[in-house]
Order: sequence, then structure tokens, then C-alpha cells
Amino acid sequence: MAELADQVNDPAQAPSVLRHTEEVMGTVFSFDVRGGEPETVRSALEEAIAALHRVDEVFSTYREHSQISRLSRDELAVGDCDPEVAEVLALGAVAERLSGGWFSTRYEGRIDPTGIVKGWAVERAARHLAAAGARGVSVNGGGDVQMYGMPEPHRPWRVGVSDPLRSGGLAAVVSAAGSDELAVATSGTAERGAHIVDPRTGRPAVTDLVAVTVVGPRLTWADAWATAAFAMGSREGLAWLESLPEVEGLLITAGDEVRCTGGLAARWG
Amino acid sequence: MHPLKRKSPLRRIVLASAATVSGMVLLLSMKPHTSPGLALAAPPPGPSSSTGASSGSGGSSGSGGSGGSGGSAMTGTKTVTGDSVPTRYGAVQVRITVKNGKLTDVTAVAYPQDNARDQEINRYAVPQLTREALAAQSASIDAVSGASYTSAGYQRSLQSALDRAGG
Repeated sequence: MAELADQVNDPAQAPSVLRHTEEVMGTVFSFDVRGGEPETVRSALEEAIAALHRVDEVFSTYREHSQISRLSRDELAVGDCDPEVAEVLALGAVAERLSGGWFSTRYEGRIDPTGIVKGWAVERAARHLAAAGARGVSVNGGGDVQMYGMPEPHRPWRVGVSDPLRSGGLAAVVSAAGSDELAVATSGTAERGAHIVDPRTGRPAVTDLVAVTVVGPRLTWADAWATAAFAMGSREGLAWLESLPEVEGLLITAGDEVRCTGGLAARWG
Repeated sequence: MHPLKRKSPLRRIVLASAATVSGMVLLLSMKPHTSPGLALAAPPPGPSSSTGASSGSGGSSGSGGSGGSGGSAMTGTKTVTGDSVPTRYGAVQVRITVKNGKLTDVTAVAYPQDNARDQEINRYAVPQLTREALAAQSASIDAVSGASYTSAGYQRSLQSALDRAGG
């Protein structure tokens, strides 16, 4: 999987298709890149992958000697870290403020930007590929997706939302139609159990939800908002997502009910 | 096509599906005592809902024949308008299109006009309807969003199936 065993299809016919999966940051990243100058796009993919491994090194809370681990032990100042550390911590602070504290980059009093790093890293990787001239970019980092452009002329990107209560099923399909950028992030308990913490109590969030999917232009925010809305619960979470500009949400409760913000219907695939 | 299509929050739900429906007639039905969502049920074929693409009676103009009267269009395409069924939000009627044995379109041709109810449907019933329809279909998608999976979890994810299939 980590090898560059990619499939490059029909190089003569536009747009070319470059696919790749990469195991990094404790999960698997799936790339689907269309069009652009093949050599340039392939180089950009290699750069994006290298950047993801660097993010893992710097931000992992599981690595004792990562910059984040050393930062949280006060062995390092933010100014001594890679510039991305300050950038991500600043984004986390914004997310914390805009979510009224429901999203947090602190855990048990220590710095832990895990909740925002992945969305940010996926978005950055996708943007790097788009900037290299790819016509369509899809990057899925462990279930959080950032897309740019289109996969083919006249066909928008389409993202299925996994149904947490029906294994292998889909709860919805969201389309990027009419938009050049689409981010879809899901927070929930289906894969890793109750791992979302209520920042106010430090304990697993007490919520009636099993999954929240947030749709917006940028994955950094979509990912953070999904986490925050999940901790809020269906009632407050839905109302809050409804209040955010450019953001739609789909919420699935433990009682197997599906709710969504009013504008999501416009994004149905 | 239908004027409701553009204005309605009950937008067209396009299901570019891979699985076959094989002429099955799907009707929107609602059991008052069950979940608040809408369910797609497959009733036994009635006299007026003959399967197969050649039942050229009627049109797809949403005339809403009783028992789901069939109407066919071009080769292999069949539209069926279901009965108007009472839901907790009011009467809802849908039309489905089956193309070459695949469910390709679900459109609401009648639904409550009242604004508040409209919103309710938009937020609760439509996602449920979509979900039920998708449960029976394999949609044409490029990626799957779901609760964060680990490297091990990826192996049994829909995304990995997509990656293996090469899209």
C-alpha cells in the first residue's frame, strides 16, 4: 500500500487518472487525481505524501519525541517548532472560539491539536495537487474528504456518507455540483467508539448522536464543526450548524433518526 | 420537467445506481405507527403495475394512478408514480424512474405546501427517504465519508472497496 503502486490510466486521453493510497497518521489516505500535466501532478502527489508523513512526525501525540509531545511537556516553545505548529494551533483556537468551546485543542490540560490536524492536512494535500494543475482532486483521509474541481467534464464529485447503523450502507450522497470545492467530514462512534471528549467535562461526550457529517468548502472547518456538533447532541448541534454560513450538516441519532440542515437538500447527489 | 422539481426543497434525488431493481415497483409508503421517516416498500405487483419496460400505458406526467400505475418512456426507461400516501407531514407522492433496470431518479410530485411542514419534510423526511433508497442501491460515488477509521478499519471500509475497484 505504501508503495507507489499506482494506476495511471489512458495517458493519451484527457483527463488522466492518478490513484494512490498511503498509510499515514494512523489511517489510510486515498487520492484520486484527474488531469493536469502527468509529471507535474505526480511530483505534486509525492510532495503531498511527504508532507503528510512530516505532519505525522511533528503532530503525533503517540510519538514521545514529536514536537507536539515535547511542546506539551514544555520542553519546546512554539517558536522552536515547525511553522505549521503555530498555524494549526491558531486554527484550533479559532475553532474553539467559534464553537463556543465545544471544540478544543486541549486534553487533560495539555496541548492536543489532534482534532484539527487531520482535516487541515487533508485539505492542504488536496490544495497542493489542485495548485499543481490537476483538474479534479479528491483526497480522503480516514473518512474526511476534500475535493476540488471535477473528476470528468460535466460530472461533479460525489461523496457517499457511510451509514453508521447499517454496515456497508450509505446514509446519503452529497454532490459537489455547482461548486469548485467540497469538503465532507464525519465524526462518530462507529469506528473507534466513544472517543469524542466533552471539553467541559473531559469525559466522553454525552450525546444522542452516532454520527455527524458536515459539508462545506474547507475540510479544516468541516472536520472541527463535525466534532463540535457531535458533542453538542442533535438538538443543539443541528441548530448550531444551521447558524453557520456555507455549512450544512447531516445528523444521525442513536434512535436511528436522520436530521439535516435546511440547505443540505441542495447538495444531494 | 415538472415545475415542482426546481422549487421544491424535495429536490430530485438522483440515484445513479449499480444494483438492479429488475422492474420492481417501489412505492413510498408510510406506516403511521412506525418510525418518523419515510420508507420505500416493494408491494406485490398489482394489476396496474405490470413490471417490464413495455407497459406503455399512461405517461410520466405525475397523474398518480392508483396502485402505482406504470408509464414507460424510451427503451428501458420506466417511470412510476406512486399513490399519494399520508405521512406525519401531510400527503406525499413520489415518482421514480427506473432506467435499464436501475433506479435512477426519485422525485416528489406532491407534498405539503404549508411552509412549516415543508421545512419539516426537508429536514427529516427527505434524508430518511434518501437513506432508505440508497440502502437498496449501490450509488455511483467517488469517495466515502464516515467516522474516522484506523488503518485496520480501512480494510473493511467502503472507501477501500472503491479504491480496489479503481473507481
